[in-house]
Amino acid sequence: MNLTIVLQQLFNGLALGSLYGLIAIGYTMVYGVIRLINFAHGDIMMVGTYVAILSGSALFLPWWAAFIFTILATALVGVLIDKVAYKPLRNASRISSLITAIGVSFFLENLFLVIFGGVPKAFPVPAVFSGVLHEGGVILPVISIFVPLVALVFLAILMYILRNTKYGIAMRALSLDMETTRLMGANVDAIISFVFAIGSALAAAGGIFWALKYPSINPLMGIMPGLKAFAAAVLGGIGSVPGAALGGFIIGIIEVLAVAIFPPLAGYKDAFAFLLLIFVLLFKPTGIMGEDLERGRF
Amino acid sequence: MKKLLNILAVMIAALMFMSTGSFAKEVKVGVVWPMTGPIASFGQMAWKGAQIAQAMAPKTKDGATIKLILLDNKGDKVETANAVSRLITKNHVKAIIGAIASGNTLAAAPIAEKNHIPLLSSSATNPLVTKGKEYVSRVCFIDPFQGTVAAKYAINNLHAKTAAIVVDIAQDYSVGLAKFFVESFKKMGGKIVAKTFVQTGDQDFSAQISAIKAKNPDLIYMPTYYQEAALFARQARQFGLNQVIMGGDGLESDALLKVGGKAVEGVTFTTHYDPKATASKVGKEFLKKFKAKYKVDPDAMAALGADAYLVMVNAINRAGGSNASSEAINKAIRSTKNFHGITGVLTLVNGDAVKSAVVRKVKDGKFVYVTTVNP
Repeated sequence: MNLTIVLQQLFNGLALGSLYGLIAIGYTMVYGVIRLINFAHGDIMMVGTYVAILSGSALFLPWWAAFIFTILATALVGVLIDKVAYKPLRNASRISSLITAIGVSFFLENLFLVIFGGVPKAFPVPAVFSGVLHEGGVILPVISIFVPLVALVFLAILMYILRNTKYGIAMRALSLDMETTRLMGANVDAIISFVFAIGSALAAAGGIFWALKYPSINPLMGIMPGLKAFAAAVLGGIGSVPGAALGGFIIGIIEVLAVAIFPPLAGYKDAFAFLLLIFVLLFKPTGIMGEDLERGRF
Repeated sequence: MKKLLNILAVMIAALMFMSTGSFAKEVKVGVVWPMTGPIASFGQMAWKGAQIAQAMAPKTKDGATIKLILLDNKGDKVETANAVSRLITKNHVKAIIGAIASGNTLAAAPIAEKNHIPLLSSSATNPLVTKGKEYVSRVCFIDPFQGTVAAKYAINNLHAKTAAIVVDIAQDYSVGLAKFFVESFKKMGGKIVAKTFVQTGDQDFSAQISAIKAKNPDLIYMPTYYQEAALFARQARQFGLNQVIMGGDGLESDALLKVGGKAVEGVTFTTHYDPKATASKVGKEFLKKFKAKYKVDPDAMAALGADAYLVMVNAINRAGGSNASSEAINKAIRSTKNFHGITGVLTLVNGDAVKSAVVRKVKDGKFVYVTTVNP
């Protein structure tokens, strides 16, 4: 393997990893605040891709407007899901919410199967994202350059919201002690709605960029990216936003390098992410950047 | 006399009752095809084909309606096994049509064997599907033939000397067909320079494509299903890999064209059917009815779905009609000879159909006919 191929494969890994990271940020944020592993996160991402297609084909929006509309509409879907499925269980045991999350996941998958059928649809890719750059023998698809940048921008925005805004402070307070936060006069339900709105908006953004890179969408497309993002979030330290982004990058690079170094194992590349997940859970359950769960987060 | 008339009236009434009874009679046939999941497009086309065929031959020779009970196997092995068990134990079907994929059909086979219910696959091409089985048959050719046809075409028509192979390790179909292609390709003097693996549902192929690119083969042979092939082609073209991509009947789906777009232009594959190569009367009638109802041309999956239905009805009739036992229907299926179906003339040998293959390719965003190869 020469240097060009090594660089190419590293770039491939970075491009894939930044997608996982983008999805994992939303995953970990919801967990960080209300301690709910939102297994429907991958499916909300899928909902986002369908909204994007429909807003392009049915509402005739230009692509940039369609993307903004998608992010807003999906955020609303997230809030709605929280109101219907999770809010009634806010004070129930954590396992009940977890099972509900799995139920929401199945519901969304099957609802979209009924509405749109199981045959994959093509996702229209605007010309801006379909180009290719050549740099010293390494091929860089434009979309693969966009994704890491977008992931970093979203990460920065999220960190800003969490650290410097009133809502961010309320979220962090909530993550430490929901009851005391309520006693302090904060509108806990509104804050949790906001958390779901941001989480779902991030899922929608992840879905859009996922579909721009792999433009074949179907109602079950969210399952695998959702699980990988979950693995990324745990690896980075579940609850830690920068950790999730880092975990995503690591898993993406490991997957691609595993295929590059051991070609006969290429068919089993999904297993690498999950092996990593098992090892992290066994030896360092708090992940790379996760702190002790009884102390502060973010 | 009056008494006699009464008896006569009762007898006539009874006769009428019996005959209406036999009119309402039905033969239950289970269908297990993927309506959702990674190969949903195949199941949906096959079901459309079977419904047209059912409209062409809705009843057995003694007037019983053929009732098709469709279950979705989601393209999944476990779901297929569950669906077949349910059809046998709950719905009490006489025979089953299905599945599409070889791996799924293999999962259903032991259940059909154990319950002595004939299982007739429309498009499972892996040789293991019927090997050593008494109750499993199919209306399509098998992969040793398909692989040889592809290798011959690659060497003689595309003048390929080297090839890279992309195999889906989750599909018995893909593993088998790749093996048969490699054997024939090597025998004819070709060289395999790269062998890479993917799995059903994979979306990122950048690592595999980078590896293939380093070897610069004349041809990429990718006997997977359409979803993986469409995304692979898009990414390969982005990475500057412009070789012809060849594959098997698993590529033939509208979704390949829609998702692949310009990237799948020139993709060539071996398959079972082309509307242009249709010569028989039943084939023309099918084509006309299909186009009238669905506004598109039928593809191989639709034609094979129809053939599976027609062979099944023909077998039920030869086995004695609506009262035929599952055993008798199975015997009749396996002794099908010179049956004029949609995809050609079928003769079943040990449960496998022996018939010609068609080569098609993508041109201007459509599948076009290239040639027909006889066994």
